[in-house]
Amino acid sequence: MQLFRLTAHELHDLLVKKEISAVELNEAIFKRTDAVEDKVRAFITPTRQEALARARLVDAKIAAGEPVHPLAGIPVAVKDNMCTKGVRTTAASKILYNFIPPYSATVVTRLEEAGAALVGKTNLDEFAMGSSTENSGFFPTRNPWDLDRVPGGSSGGSAAAVAAGECVIALGSDTGGSIRQPASFCGVVGIKPTYGAVSRYGLIAFASSLDQIGSFGRDVTDCALLLSAISGHDPLDSTSAHFGRQDYTKTLKDGVRGMKIGVPREYMAEGIDQGVREAVEGAMRQYESLGAVVEYTSLPHTEYALPTYYLIAPAEASSNLARYDGVRYGYRAPEVEDVVDMFMKTRSQGFGPEVKRRIMLGTFVLSAGYYDAYYLKALKVRTLIKEDFDRALEKYDVLLSPTSPTVAFRFGEKTGDPIQMYFSDLCTMSVNLAGVPGMSLPCGFVDGMPVGLQIVGRHFDEATMLRAACAFEQSTDYHKQFPGL
Amino acid sequence: MISKSDVEHVALLGRLELADEEKDEYTRQLNDILGYFQALEKIDTDQVRPTAHVLPLNNVFREDRVGEHLPKEDVLANCPDRDGDYFKVPRIV
Repeated sequence: MQLFRLTAHELHDLLVKKEISAVELNEAIFKRTDAVEDKVRAFITPTRQEALARARLVDAKIAAGEPVHPLAGIPVAVKDNMCTKGVRTTAASKILYNFIPPYSATVVTRLEEAGAALVGKTNLDEFAMGSSTENSGFFPTRNPWDLDRVPGGSSGGSAAAVAAGECVIALGSDTGGSIRQPASFCGVVGIKPTYGAVSRYGLIAFASSLDQIGSFGRDVTDCALLLSAISGHDPLDSTSAHFGRQDYTKTLKDGVRGMKIGVPREYMAEGIDQGVREAVEGAMRQYESLGAVVEYTSLPHTEYALPTYYLIAPAEASSNLARYDGVRYGYRAPEVEDVVDMFMKTRSQGFGPEVKRRIMLGTFVLSAGYYDAYYLKALKVRTLIKEDFDRALEKYDVLLSPTSPTVAFRFGEKTGDPIQMYFSDLCTMSVNLAGVPGMSLPCGFVDGMPVGLQIVGRHFDEATMLRAACAFEQSTDYHKQFPGL
Repeated sequence: MISKSDVEHVALLGRLELADEEKDEYTRQLNDILGYFQALEKIDTDQVRPTAHVLPLNNVFREDRVGEHLPKEDVLANCPDRDGDYFKVPRIV
């Protein structure tokens, strides 16, 4: 059995039984990575020495008979917008091409405490702005299921790395769908937790009221394990919710008998690819056969989600990206006349076109004379969108929908028109606006490309959402499919 | 309708220097995007409160006590140009 095909929970059993060592496991992952990485290009910065050092510590603990965390020794990749102390962190932007953080993100520290082995920093759309990883300031990542297609974005590197077996689990971040959509495009599981469930300390900020760090894995259990390791209140993040570490694996296997599942009609309408809709309808029937009650419902303000999101997110981004000025870290433009010239040239040379577009849009909607008509209006519509979810989730335990209107598209297909790219997040962005948890898992294939099923839960009720996901997953074998790379 | 001079004003606010073709391109794209957003005007939001933040958290403070913070050398380590303990930049005035 090739080690890179196993899940973290399977590997943990082998490790504690001493059938394999953590060093062996990591070396197997490196071997697999060497075989496929020049095609996939998931990583910006590999960190093999750090991974092996951690693996050795874990092997020593196991040899000494000490108990180890379920993720100890497991190869994990981290999206390159999360700070790793002493390890280059770029947000896939030229403006941070040489930035070495003096501290680690809380999620990274928690993974280290668990003994997980960080194998590398993965590629993303620059500053997490994008839906295909084509906006990376360095190079695009390719979908392991079809190298002519995008892996999705912005966490394309993390999703592709898990799908290709270049790591076992990975961290991503999700502001409008950036974990769920690449998970669906790459045929893996991806979770965006409730806003506030996971600390944002050390996450390079894009939109502060929407960003959340979450997990990627090849199955729901692995995702739940990773989420459990990183969740819980963090005094370093003033927006983190007040609760302790959760064990999201406790009720995974409890089944869905009697669970009430709502499918918002607006998410199954035109604009959704026929094949994708059919796969989701198949999942609905599967849930009924498992004993759930499945009904159509409505989230009436769905059509306003895209403009609302694309007013709020760029506005917050324009504020968050004001810090990149060449003064204290990162790229600084040479040959400038004065400090303002330095700011202008540094930012213009350091940022890519999509980032600039969003800074322009965000600055505009916040500027005097336009704030009320655009930004404030969007905040009010956000309330209505959130209330749609609150109402639906009073009646239903979870909501079901496609994760994305299509399967993975080809490179260059959507880069001509920014709005076309934004449509890729149609089914995911409302979830961030409402702050509720959402996840994607594979539910079928169209033309050989994976289709993702999105499950949305109540605030801080990841347990029910995960239980629903696990029941579907265990009754199908989509999670056992592997790209033929 | 955003004009090219609106785009120039916004670029200045955002400290971005745009080439002439970029200004034309952004004027076009921003007009397309904002035109698409007119849809929001249809909705009656007079009685609706804005949601800036989804969690009911307010004034999250820590104790005002001096603690351990980033060592100076770590803070200065990434800077493109320094003068002792100062970040050095081109002339300001």
